Amino acid sequence: MLTYVIRRLAYSIAVLFAASIVVFWGMSSVTSVIGFLEQQPNISKQTIQNITERKHLDEPIYVRYGYWVKDVFTNKFGTETESDLPIWPDLVRAMGHTVQLIVAAEIIAILLAVLIGVYSALRQYSAFDYAATTFSFVGLAMPVFWLALMLQILFVQIYLKWDLRIFYVASLNSVDPGSGVEFVLDRVQHLALPIIVLAIANIATYSRFMRASMLDVINSDYVRTARAKGLAEKRVTMKHAFRNALIPLVTLVALNFGGLLSGAVITETIFALDGMGLYFITKLNAGDPYPVMAFLMVTAVFVVVFNLLADLAYGLLDPRVRLD
Amino acid sequence: MTEHLSREQRLAQGREDLQGREDLALSPGAGGHATATGQTSTGAGALPMGVDSADSEVILSHESGLEVKARSQWTYARRRFFRHRLAVISLIVLLVAAILAMFPARFAPYAFDEFDFNNIIEGPTTEGKHYFGTDQLGRDYLSRVIFALQTSLWVAFMVAGVATLVGTVVGAVAGYYGGWIDNLLMRLVDLILVVPFLAILLVLSAYLGEGKPLRVALILALLIWVGLARIVRGVFLSLREKEFVEAARAAGAGDLRIMFRHMLPSTVGPIVVTMTLLVAAAILIEAALSFLGFGVQPPTPALGKLIGDGAADGFSTWWLVTFPGLVIVTLALAVNFIGDGLRDALDPQQRVRA
Repeated sequence: MLTYVIRRLAYSIAVLFAASIVVFWGMSSVTSVIGFLEQQPNISKQTIQNITERKHLDEPIYVRYGYWVKDVFTNKFGTETESDLPIWPDLVRAMGHTVQLIVAAEIIAILLAVLIGVYSALRQYSAFDYAATTFSFVGLAMPVFWLALMLQILFVQIYLKWDLRIFYVASLNSVDPGSGVEFVLDRVQHLALPIIVLAIANIATYSRFMRASMLDVINSDYVRTARAKGLAEKRVTMKHAFRNALIPLVTLVALNFGGLLSGAVITETIFALDGMGLYFITKLNAGDPYPVMAFLMVTAVFVVVFNLLADLAYGLLDPRVRLD
Repeated sequence: MTEHLSREQRLAQGREDLQGREDLALSPGAGGHATATGQTSTGAGALPMGVDSADSEVILSHESGLEVKARSQWTYARRRFFRHRLAVISLIVLLVAAILAMFPARFAPYAFDEFDFNNIIEGPTTEGKHYFGTDQLGRDYLSRVIFALQTSLWVAFMVAGVATLVGTVVGAVAGYYGGWIDNLLMRLVDLILVVPFLAILLVLSAYLGEGKPLRVALILALLIWVGLARIVRGVFLSLREKEFVEAARAAGAGDLRIMFRHMLPSTVGPIVVTMTLLVAAAILIEAALSFLGFGVQPPTPALGKLIGDGAADGFSTWWLVTFPGLVIVTLALAVNFIGDGLRDALDPQQRVRA
């Protein structure tokens, strides 16, 4: 087990190292920082000169990569090209908001998906099962951004028609959110729609997966054995079937982290939430590669960590899987 | 020979009876979506129709002639597909969309950039045939949607085609040769999966896209093939040990011939099914890209872009957002159902198992 963890850690670090090369090389070959700066009318030649020196932009690419890696470790991803403001504080603040969004959406999605999936599996081919399947089909065919926009329109219309403010459709907080409970309530009203949007997309995937996994277990021999030896049906489904059916879902949820971040990029852009996704889009539009690379590397670290956790969790939860 | 055919037919009949009962089922829970769960369920959905029939096909061909056998195999697959009602309806929907997309000028009541200043910001109305309403320049949104269909469908099929080609070749090579080649290719796949898909896509199209549909399609295809490669690799890994491959090798067939003449036909099922899922995924991703402003650039209309434009007009013009979105949902649903029908048709084992 320990050797496995160590080996996987070493492999993850190698993947991250390779990813950093690809990210840096890719960004450098598709962007031209100096070219971008020269296009800005309000930046003088002298400023460009200074920036070039500060960021070592006139050096060959492998030297620049070295400077970047050094910046990443000693200087927390360094500074933005033009303003020379540090990247890290902005990114961390945005990350905090994204975590609120993602964690809430995931918890709701997992709870509902497990309920829907298990119930559809226990009542296979029932009306509920068909309804759930239809829902997940539509959910998977629906663009996330469209759902977000439709909800925005709906709640704005409700507000305009009846002067009823249920959820806000943009930003993290009101101008004057108050403090304590009021602040939390205000935040919930703002985050509710993005959370619903993110959750619905994931419920569609997870519930289908949970249903398939539960059906698989229900039809397995050891569940039949449990029934045959006279256990109560409730005990069979809850203790024998349900717990084992959860294992594949744990893996899926952990592996889905990258997809979750992609969803966050879209929802945060639409709901104007100050999160990582909006940070990424803003910096991408600003044409500055350094913050964009910081975002890409941070997300890569997250994905690698969650992949590792997925493998470890599988080994811990399912004793048949030997990690070595 | 007649005896053989009838026996085959009886077998197929039996198989159809087995699943006839669940015909209308939207195939709930069959494997999950390859795009989302590809990593975990590579093996599960991958057993192709050919694994057992391929062997028997080879044996039977000595007695009855390969031509006849091969055709009957597809006849059964086609029959199974046409028994899946939702898939057939979806196929019709998609065909209609394709015809509209091929000749937009013929079907659209207006040109996509034609102004109608008498009807500006008009909700859906039969007056002036603005069934989807008009935007703030009086452009007819139904016409714009029809013209956008052309771009979006073209990009989607282009993406699926290129990605299927790349994914199949990479997966086949990795699975067939194994060893360090397999290792190298799969590490490449890992690398592509490490950074969130949409993020790389946005970066690439921000700087390389320049809005041409072909470029957008190629960039998308460049990233989307990994799931299929894993599936094909899995099937090839298991096929590699089969007797018919050994026989082909003993008969002196080269690597390429074994891979693409002997093993690939047994992989057609999963490949076709995954390809339809790729089409659906490509429709959704292209829409998201153009919505964010990184996809196909104006004046070329794309469905996602139409939604983006509509949303930019504010929250009161709901029809500008609703209708293009409904078209996207319909397309993606149709493609998914077709994929479902194809899975039942080409990979009946999986249905029986589920």
